[in-house]
Amino acid sequence: MEELTNLFHGFAVALMPFNILVMVIGIVLGVIIGVLPGLGGANGVAILLPLTFSMPPTSAIIMLSCIYWGALFGGAITSILFNIPGEPWSVATTFDGYPMAQQGKAGEALTAAFTSSFVGALFAIIMITLVAPLVARFALEFGPPEKFAVYFLAFCSFIGLSKEPAFKTVAAMMLGFALAAVGLDSMTGQLRLTFGFTEMLNGFDFLIAVIGLFGIGEILLTMEDGLSFRGSKAKINLRVVLQTWKELPRYWMTSLRSSVIGCWMGITPAGATPASFMSYGIAKRVSKNGKNFGNGEIEGVIAPETAAHAAGTAALLPMLSLGVPGSPTAAVLLGGLLIWGLQPGPMLFVEQKEFVWGLIASMYLGNVVGLLIVLTCVPFFAAILRIPFSIVAPLILVLCAIGAYSVHNSTFDVMLMLVFGVIGYLLKKCNYPLAPLVLAIVLGDKAEEAFRQSLLASQGALGVFFSNGLVGTIMALGLIALFWSPINAGYARLRSAATGRPRPAGPDYE
Amino acid sequence: MSASTDGNLGPSHKLVEAGVALLIGAAGVVVIVGSIRAGIGWGAEGPRAGFFPFYIGLFIVLASVINLISALRARHHHLFAEWSQLGHVMSVLIPSALFVGAMPFIGLYVSSALFIGWFMRRLGKYRWLTVFAVAIGAPVVTYLVFERWFLVPLPKGPLEDLLGL
Repeated sequence: MEELTNLFHGFAVALMPFNILVMVIGIVLGVIIGVLPGLGGANGVAILLPLTFSMPPTSAIIMLSCIYWGALFGGAITSILFNIPGEPWSVATTFDGYPMAQQGKAGEALTAAFTSSFVGALFAIIMITLVAPLVARFALEFGPPEKFAVYFLAFCSFIGLSKEPAFKTVAAMMLGFALAAVGLDSMTGQLRLTFGFTEMLNGFDFLIAVIGLFGIGEILLTMEDGLSFRGSKAKINLRVVLQTWKELPRYWMTSLRSSVIGCWMGITPAGATPASFMSYGIAKRVSKNGKNFGNGEIEGVIAPETAAHAAGTAALLPMLSLGVPGSPTAAVLLGGLLIWGLQPGPMLFVEQKEFVWGLIASMYLGNVVGLLIVLTCVPFFAAILRIPFSIVAPLILVLCAIGAYSVHNSTFDVMLMLVFGVIGYLLKKCNYPLAPLVLAIVLGDKAEEAFRQSLLASQGALGVFFSNGLVGTIMALGLIALFWSPINAGYARLRSAATGRPRPAGPDYE
Repeated sequence: MSASTDGNLGPSHKLVEAGVALLIGAAGVVVIVGSIRAGIGWGAEGPRAGFFPFYIGLFIVLASVINLISALRARHHHLFAEWSQLGHVMSVLIPSALFVGAMPFIGLYVSSALFIGWFMRRLGKYRWLTVFAVAIGAPVVTYLVFERWFLVPLPKGPLEDLLGL
């Protein structure tokens, strides 16, 4: 009850005219940051941090968190319109969002993405308000084996649930792990797989790989058919937005499931990127329309967007209550708090009540303001599709080059991006899935670190991954996901033998 | 290496797929060699730097061998792409490579203006006025957004030095 009173007081703070203005500015800046590849939420918040130095702490953190919400919303825009994920957690949105745009349903895809983002974030904010201390305490029990088990589950889900041949998925994923391993080994400080090239000391950044594989690769694929741009027939207006809203409640289960996955991954803290991938993979398996995923299924947009926003928002929970940031952006926000002399942790709730509850209230309001702004701008974003491809293509290529350069201020990275573009083109044409490759580049380091720390603790015994109920269950789920196809086929064979009826043909029989 | 279907010519899908499998397999071998150099055993700090990537390399080679066999055993004979389609792809790829290669010498702004201008004029057949407007306008907007607004420095060349930017 006391929390509720505090929350109402927080709303009074957040609803002050200056704070509302700060919210709108933050969201708009955030959307721009989300759209520009290479900048990203964490970089954007860091770059714009000095803007807030002259503000009162509550207004400052409201603005910074609104930049974060805006970046979360903005990442979906280029994913859907151009197949270029502005943020890593938007990669899974490209799988169905871009095909929808190509089919002339860009408005539906954008509306579904923005609304789902809002729903995911709202779910996480309610969770933060209600169960903050309890959940954060549980997350503290996560050791390296549990962390590795979560990654293992995410990777196995991809192999087991992929529509591409399993060994092509394995090859692509392992290639991603190998790329992630290049450079300085974080545990021993030793160089590996650099073969004497100084440019490779920093390893391969996933953003450069993503921009090349998806952005450049897609342009090369599109160019096969000349300069005809396939998404030019998109019709966008208020009617499309309202029609999509009418359709969305049908997928309430997907939204709910993705919100829970997102909150879990945000707190643990695996982060928004694996949350979006995992949510997409599970939705694909569970959905009635699972076979159509990857061809422009609206559920394939709802699942990753809901989970990414729920995770992104939930990542603030351990930051506020424990002082442990759940994501890179939360870490930058934490830095911002420290600049104002606010020490995040349990005492913050006691000593700085106005600040904490003002921030939580601004999360509710910031997301409403964000949804209104991005939805109002849907016609503008989708109008970009009507620009001829011979103008859009070079502009995208230049934007990709800027994005790749700004990661490490290195022209070598821009060359690397182009190489990844050619690799992306070849792999896509040869039916290799790109998503597991990117996922492995993103999470490879963390997964390896958790794996080696676990082995170190157990002196090399693999039994550590089944040493308690929690880790054992997650690992078992991973193994089930990995062997899902043969398990499913075996079950179908048993069932047909029991009923005496012939089994329908096809690997996707359920 | 060419294949023919319906009178169109181009590389066969089967061969390109086999080639890609071989390339990935070769990458796996490189990973194995690099891992062995870094050490794949057990050190004082636990598994050594090459331990994890070594097994990753083995998985890559194994998966590539299976993918290679399945590519060679495939019975279809369709094309990877027609030569004309690959020509379109190269018409973007070659100028993109030149754009990226020129960037360290003449800066991003000039190289992108030339690239956009070439693309629009040569492939889009636009009027010179439209070409100039977009080719010069885009780098100017880029400069304002990235360098002025977000304080992200981008590679510059002699022209920017001359203008004192």
